Amino acid sequence: MADPMKIRATLNGDVVEVKVLMAHPMETGLRKGSDGKPVPAHYIETVKVACNDREVLSADWGPAVSKNPFLALRFKGGKQGDKVTITWTDSAGESRSDQATVG
Amino acid sequence: MKCSRRRFLQVTGGGSALALLAGTGLMPRLAAAAPSPLAAGDTRKQFEAQTLDEVVKALGGTQAQASGDIDLRAPEIAENGAVVPIEIESRLAGTKLIAIVSEKNPHALSAAFHIPDGTLPYIATRVKVAETSKVTALVQTDKGFFYTDRLVKVTLGGCGG
Repeated sequence: MADPMKIRATLNGDVVEVKVLMAHPMETGLRKGSDGKPVPAHYIETVKVACNDREVLSADWGPAVSKNPFLALRFKGGKQGDKVTITWTDSAGESRSDQATVG
Repeated sequence: MKCSRRRFLQVTGGGSALALLAGTGLMPRLAAAAPSPLAAGDTRKQFEAQTLDEVVKALGGTQAQASGDIDLRAPEIAENGAVVPIEIESRLAGTKLIAIVSEKNPHALSAAFHIPDGTLPYIATRVKVAETSKVTALVQTDKGFFYTDRLVKVTLGGCGG
């Protein structure tokens, strides 16, 4: 299981800004390991961000997103105490979901 | 650190690096095994596209127009092509999709973000850019597809030469 995401959600006026760091190797499938063999592709394919139960972003990613991906987004209609949930699913079928509170 | 970064860039340099190696006959085995870097089972056709036009078509559009109402913030010179910070903000009404496209990457589309109502047309992330090339911010609104691009110079090796 991958490490937890680092999520920060802050309210500025009426806009919630979410910043998230995910722990993921994001292997393209083109890189070679120390044994000279290609490292199999392994990357996040979809990311979903929800505030309480409302989806505020969904993303389709390819292998070109950097290792340990960073993502920032801004949405309206959030308030302090709301729960921001971020879920990713990768090309190996693994997924991880983490939650933060808007502060 | 430096060494592994260089190796990483050489290999993720993708198409051209592989073609070169294959051409010299040094790596016939790898060349045979390297048709698509996409993981097995990844059938999303927008990621198969090689050019901006193909990406637009795969996303259901016909053509993208240049627009001055998209802010694309990217470094002019990226010392490390594996981590290129990208920030995109659209001032176009009804923005529902923001995508990052680098045509010289093995797959032109890097990432696509679906923006529902209530979410600001703003996104920041970090992507890999294989070699010096234009990075394009592609935006879909109710009126079609629009784009703006910026040249990102990727300095391979050296000390940020």
